[in-house]
Amino acid sequence: MIDTVKNAESTPDQEQPYKELGLKDDEYARIKEILGRRPTDAELAMYSVMWSEHCSYKSSKVHLKYFGETTTDEMRSKMLAGIGENAGVVDIGDGWAVTFKVESHNHPSYVEPYQGAATGVGGIVRDILAMGARPLAVMDPLRFGKPDAADTKRVLPGIVAGVGGYGNCLGLPNIGGEVVFDESYQGNPLVNALCVGAMKVEDLHLAHASGAGNKVILYGARTGLDGIGGVSVLASETFDDTAGKRKKLPSVQVGDPFTEKVLIECSLELFEKGIVVGIQDLGGAGLSCATSELASAGDGGMHVWLERVPLRATGMTPAEILSSESQERMCAVVEPANVEAFMEVCRKWDVIATEIGEVTDGDRLVITYHDEVVVDVPPRTVAHEGPVYHRPIERPADQDELQANTPDSLPRPAGDELLELVKTQAASPNLASKRWVTQQYDRYVRGNTVLAQPSDGGMIQIDEETHRGVALSTDCNGRYTKLDPYEGAKLALAEAYRNVAATGATPVAVTNCLNFGSPEDPGVMWQFEQAVKGLADGCAELGIPVTGGNVSFYNQTGSTAILPTPVVGVLGVIDDVRRRIPTGIGAEAGETLLLLGETKDEFGGSEWAHVVHGHLGGLPPKADLKREKLLGEVLVAGSRDGMVSAAHDLAEGGLAQALVETCLIGETGARVFLDGDLFTELFSESAGRVLVAVPRTEEQRFTDMCTARALPWRKVGVVDPESNALEIQNLGQLPLDELREAWEGTLPALFD
Amino acid sequence: MRVGVITFPGTLDDVDALRAVKYADGEAVPLWHGDHDLKGVDAVIVPGGFSYGDYLRCGAIARFAPVMQEVVEAANKGMPVLGICNGFQILAEAHLLPGALVRNHKLHFVCRDQWLKVENNTTAWTTRYDPGAEILVPLKSGEGGYQANEETLRELEGEGRVVFRYVGENPNGSRNNIAGITNARGNVVGLMPHPEHAIDALTGPTDDGLGMFLSLLDSVVKA
Repeated sequence: MIDTVKNAESTPDQEQPYKELGLKDDEYARIKEILGRRPTDAELAMYSVMWSEHCSYKSSKVHLKYFGETTTDEMRSKMLAGIGENAGVVDIGDGWAVTFKVESHNHPSYVEPYQGAATGVGGIVRDILAMGARPLAVMDPLRFGKPDAADTKRVLPGIVAGVGGYGNCLGLPNIGGEVVFDESYQGNPLVNALCVGAMKVEDLHLAHASGAGNKVILYGARTGLDGIGGVSVLASETFDDTAGKRKKLPSVQVGDPFTEKVLIECSLELFEKGIVVGIQDLGGAGLSCATSELASAGDGGMHVWLERVPLRATGMTPAEILSSESQERMCAVVEPANVEAFMEVCRKWDVIATEIGEVTDGDRLVITYHDEVVVDVPPRTVAHEGPVYHRPIERPADQDELQANTPDSLPRPAGDELLELVKTQAASPNLASKRWVTQQYDRYVRGNTVLAQPSDGGMIQIDEETHRGVALSTDCNGRYTKLDPYEGAKLALAEAYRNVAATGATPVAVTNCLNFGSPEDPGVMWQFEQAVKGLADGCAELGIPVTGGNVSFYNQTGSTAILPTPVVGVLGVIDDVRRRIPTGIGAEAGETLLLLGETKDEFGGSEWAHVVHGHLGGLPPKADLKREKLLGEVLVAGSRDGMVSAAHDLAEGGLAQALVETCLIGETGARVFLDGDLFTELFSESAGRVLVAVPRTEEQRFTDMCTARALPWRKVGVVDPESNALEIQNLGQLPLDELREAWEGTLPALFD
Repeated sequence: MRVGVITFPGTLDDVDALRAVKYADGEAVPLWHGDHDLKGVDAVIVPGGFSYGDYLRCGAIARFAPVMQEVVEAANKGMPVLGICNGFQILAEAHLLPGALVRNHKLHFVCRDQWLKVENNTTAWTTRYDPGAEILVPLKSGEGGYQANEETLRELEGEGRVVFRYVGENPNGSRNNIAGITNARGNVVGLMPHPEHAIDALTGPTDDGLGMFLSLLDSVVKA
């Protein structure tokens, strides 16, 4: 029997499985207070899923406010939409707006690697589409457990195939991302997905349902039993199947990229015809989320006839229809006069479209099922007025001990060992070439990819006439963040910023995906609070806003949390992509290699300490964002005036790794001469440094500019196209063939 | 010269093919899978992607699309037709070209810059290349392994109908390193690699692929 509002009123004391659905006693009591009665089954399903950690941000909300508090009007000046929308939107000039966002799909990808990763891509792409933009490219920051662990061999190939299988079939180039290994991700891999899209400024669509009488149209795939309870069960507690008695398909949704491709083209044609008032994608929490968010963002109420929803299973209850997370669905609000035109476009693309509701006067979201009222709620209480927690925060007791355990006493290599370390480090899984992964992704489709992996940042051309484009990079070093979450988040921002600047683009906006352990652990909440502060303060120093983000909690195995992993994505603008700076050297013979920035003895959390000594302790390198900003300005000026022929940021593995990569990517040798302590020079991970190659004719002009702007620089070598080797003075030569074998051989050996 | 580019639901590289035609100074004409009309074009490109999702077998559904009936008829009368990647698979399914494309031998999707040797520069699509020229274009496919029976292979090799061959390591297990072939008449060419992604060194590894589209334009100017 269907639980109706009438029934709920007449059976006020009926027991309900709110605990199994993840609601606490006081949350259930609040729902009763809001409604003035007990909720129906359908209402309970809606509230439980919308009030879950994943959808409501109940543990993070109080901290995320800090982003808004630290964003000045000036930082906001280019922002057309920010936190709270499906994705942030930035004005990039020439009448173009760009929207981008990262989201996590960690837990589903552990349970079912291929589909979890695939639907992660699908979800973020729909978020971008829901802003009215054409999705243009994707990137995937991925993190796995130990590379040689049996479970990594199960999880990694599946996740990579899922990202590729969905993204390739969807026709979006994959232009970058990360692949990082650390033991802490062993039972909890991180699968973050970023999408970037563009539209003309006037085409920006925001999710709202205004205008009584307007029709609500559900279009795309049919609604099935997949992913029911996926959000609340998978993202808010553990993997225990507490809802085992209910009939359902596997909790992880199954993706169909072909349907999504058609949905994208169909939606873009609808936007172009100007017949969409409001639009919302269906992701986590399905129709519960879409209807309550559309209604609460509009100026009226909404009536939905649930029996009209096209189903792919029989006997689904209203609660199941509302919670289903079947993929590839969108919800649009359309004026009655345009409904026929809307349907016509959907018919052209063979997309199922159904008028399921109407915007009403008043302020209630009313859902009926065969004329019986099953939901009657104030929509804001579902979508936006969920619980807010002030979780206990406490600096972990062992944090001091961790920071005191510095790498200073670890034995350091000297002489021949240094040359050997350049090679072993290049072959270590975190620094090794990620070609095995990225060659499973299409980076060419749509013909506007200017830079893609292994470049520092991905770059796409937005306007084929003016050549305006954007560059993107995502970064995070969880070891740095573990040692000092505040500084670590700043370092992640600094690196993403530097990577974007190294392509010649000017960084303009930031997004993030904050992956942490359980918010119920005060130590984790401390890490989270510190990381948010570090990131926000860093953005204020750089003068660029956070336009959106995502929080993923409960990333842990048993009671052991992952390394705190605030993945930071930076978007940059370049007014002419033909000026992009490549990563590899060798465009012109006889280029000079310059090292910009300062090298200090900084080895806390370094790749050397990790690879050689399995050590994690001390403090991470210092982030100096004023320096990063200056460095960025110099690189952009160098690109604009054609003074820089290659640039590569220094990060994990220090100068040694940057040299190896720039030589191998450019298929060109180099001769390097260094002063001072060679170990520090080669392997320190001091931030704020970039290796650039400048044509000999531009050397004077470029170094004069650096000197005038007080940016430290040093000549460290020359490009040597004849040698086919990386030669380090006083140490010896590493033939490029040998280095390539080391750098490119690791992942195939592990996963082929 | 009017060059049609077909869009099926799930086609992805149609924008690239349309752009390549424009780069070669041709008039690019979008064609829709459901149309029974080639809109008076002089040549047709069947571009890459995953037509209808390619869930049954690559190209197996697309060959039945209304527009493909027109393409088969026109090809048999001598119209230049180029199938790229999924387009090659569709032309093979439509029996305009012999053989079949199967899953890559290592089972992974492969996206890489691939050297190809031009083995036949007499087709409608390859006259701009010197015989034996090596070109670098992207290859990106999961089911690009060219397979045919011995008799067909002998025929293709004997008649010089292998148009492109992979240079270096075989990327997908194709028989005889075959990357692209032509029909007996030389007007229909299919290949797995993507010349339309190599028309400008800004966005591709090279502009080596542009030669295919320029060749086509030449052929019509001559005719």
